[in-house]
Amino acid sequence: MKRVGVFVCHCGLNIAGTVRVSEVVDQASKTPDVVIAADHRYLCSEPGQTLIKDSIKQHRLDAIVVAACSPAMHEVTFRNTARAAGLNRHQCEMANIREQCSWVHDDIEKATEKAHVILRQIIEKVKLNEPLDPIIVPVTRRALVIGGGVAGIRSALDIAGSGYQVYLVEKTGSIGGRMAQLSETFPTLDCSICILGPLMVEAFRNPNIKIPRLSEVEDVKGYVGNFKVRVRQEPVYVDETKCNMCAECAKVCPAEVPNEFDSELTWRKAVYIPFAQAVPPVYVLDAKSCLGLLPQACGECKKACDELGMSCINLDAHPEIHELEVGAIISATGYELFDATRLTEYGYGIFPDVMTSLEFERMLSASGPTSGTIRRPSDGRIPKEVVFIQCAGQREPETALAYCSKICCMYTARHAMLFHHKVPDGQAYIFYMDIRAGGKGYEEFVKRCQEEGGLLYLRGRVAKVYEEKGKLVVKGIDTLSGKIVEIHADLVVLALGMIPSRGSRELANILKASVDENGFFAEAHPKLRPLESATAGIFVAGAGQAPKDIPETVAQASGAASKALNLLSSPTLEREPTVARIVNELCSGCGICIPACPFEALSLNRERRVAEVAEAVCEGCGTCIASCPSGALSLRNLTDTQIIAMITAGRH
Amino acid sequence: MGEPRILAFLCKWCAYAGADLAGTTRKRYDPNLISIRVTCSGRVDPTFVLKALEEGYDGVLIAGCHPGTCHYISGNYKAARRFALLRRMLKQMDIPDQRVRLEWISASESDKFVTVVNEMVENLRKLETVAPQLK
Repeated sequence: MKRVGVFVCHCGLNIAGTVRVSEVVDQASKTPDVVIAADHRYLCSEPGQTLIKDSIKQHRLDAIVVAACSPAMHEVTFRNTARAAGLNRHQCEMANIREQCSWVHDDIEKATEKAHVILRQIIEKVKLNEPLDPIIVPVTRRALVIGGGVAGIRSALDIAGSGYQVYLVEKTGSIGGRMAQLSETFPTLDCSICILGPLMVEAFRNPNIKIPRLSEVEDVKGYVGNFKVRVRQEPVYVDETKCNMCAECAKVCPAEVPNEFDSELTWRKAVYIPFAQAVPPVYVLDAKSCLGLLPQACGECKKACDELGMSCINLDAHPEIHELEVGAIISATGYELFDATRLTEYGYGIFPDVMTSLEFERMLSASGPTSGTIRRPSDGRIPKEVVFIQCAGQREPETALAYCSKICCMYTARHAMLFHHKVPDGQAYIFYMDIRAGGKGYEEFVKRCQEEGGLLYLRGRVAKVYEEKGKLVVKGIDTLSGKIVEIHADLVVLALGMIPSRGSRELANILKASVDENGFFAEAHPKLRPLESATAGIFVAGAGQAPKDIPETVAQASGAASKALNLLSSPTLEREPTVARIVNELCSGCGICIPACPFEALSLNRERRVAEVAEAVCEGCGTCIASCPSGALSLRNLTDTQIIAMITAGRH
Repeated sequence: MGEPRILAFLCKWCAYAGADLAGTTRKRYDPNLISIRVTCSGRVDPTFVLKALEEGYDGVLIAGCHPGTCHYISGNYKAARRFALLRRMLKQMDIPDQRVRLEWISASESDKFVTVVNEMVENLRKLETVAPQLK
């Protein structure tokens, strides 16, 4: 018989407010095999943990149950406490009487009764737990970073700087991401590409960083420390090592398509350089826009290149599949803008002079479509009256995004001030809901913009935008004066919300990481584990996790890199030993369990005619257990016997 | 007639986390449900469900990850297939469908968790009044 100790946490009033702790302790102490039951205001505190450690020693306990918060929260904490007192980690279990009891019920009577039942279940479980030692596995000391924006670049540089190899997978023709598209950054008005460019080049030149571009992750197998990743790389068609950016190929290319980098305000050729500062600095052939690769229908670019004696272009190139082995993965997939055409009241897509914030951004950029001059897309005239609409498609749970994208107040203030710098006799109007300028130097920056740019802030929503005599009439309300406002504007700019990049949900599925209700990568814990996904070895960085600005993105990227490095710094790591086990005497060697395993951890030993578990590969899901017809398989510390004991203990 | 009691097998990666989130965000649901944290919905042997009904639970909920999002790739699909077979068996035993339910609840879907629990409790209460002989 095991000697079990039970410890019930008050968690301040979080538990004790709804559950009568003394009653739960009293009932627990009467349970067979329980030799001590005690309570504490905060078991996770140092005195609380000391109470547990002292009790383990004093009462010579074989197992403990901590009735407190969710095991997702503090299982590791209390298992470490148990170990510190000489108990095996797996002789400690948690009864979740906070998240699944005191926090969700009001009725003290019923909550107390339920807490007792939960505790009784876990006591029955822990009695049947066996002591286990961690499984030691080797670590592949390389990392994969998905997404070559500023987050991915920062993470890759940090990891590479510590001497480990990194694959930086980028789906477009160049690294740089959204930040490369921006003109200036707030609050310092640094030229965006001027501060990003050196980082891009540094990543490109770093011998530890490999950058497969036009590449996407297709499949991930394995587990923390030992991932096997399949990356599909579309052909670039231009030899990276030879191209000297002479541009002769683009000159003769007859295919013109909208330029994504310029938010489709300009045109590019099918063979093109993604943008002036692209890294790697070579041309790319976009097979979708090309007039014909297979069968070759045009070939003008190749002819031009060959005539120069360069022969960089190979139109017969094929996609390549790279099989990568890495120990840690950082997902830094970034964001895109909410689809403005869904906001019909603003007339985006109908009126050419209604623009998105990113289109305006490109227009502000010195390397943009107008070389930095602000012009109306409809007639090229310089606009005098510009209306900026903040929170476009945001903070509107009914029709668009429920959340705030955090950066729009800042960039809109910047846009409006820069407009004023470029058109001093112009007037900028900004419709806003609140000004959210929390950040170092942010409030001061908005104030500066307001004063320097003579900006007119109108607190309210815009109801409608329509065209009248070559002007855009913006009809909205100024809630501070309580008046309906009508502005006859030349240009309207929508500060659109950020949404996760296309394909990030699919990628999350491949990585076995989860996404939140808005499709952003979910962190393991919003406060305490913001850099990790719930899946071990997969980390998150940048706006793919939630809307954020550049400083925050870079900070998170370095944080995620340090988490990854933590993993790579050791040649081995410990894995949970709660894996499948086979009782050879019961196994008939039927092999039914083998296809049930998604990880190929099971195999049939033909000689001995029994199934075998590769413990280092087993993830411990237990799917095979339920498939075994003779009950030869069990999951360590979650056996059928334990589950049935819990079913019985929870009954009324 | 007492309150219906439900036993829930919750996958620790999604539904259990969803239930935790319901707590973190202080949502409210009926206290008639007791959960067992399992590694995966694929861990749930159909005999557990039968055992629970035999032990006197009025309803059993199995909740796992949405299709395509199983932490173990395909455990939820296996759960779904076993559940289909279990359904047929329960039918033969004249156990109404409302007593046993399989749901996909992600870690962020605390609302769905609460809705499912309350719905189940409600359905079981109705069932109690219609067919008390099954108790």
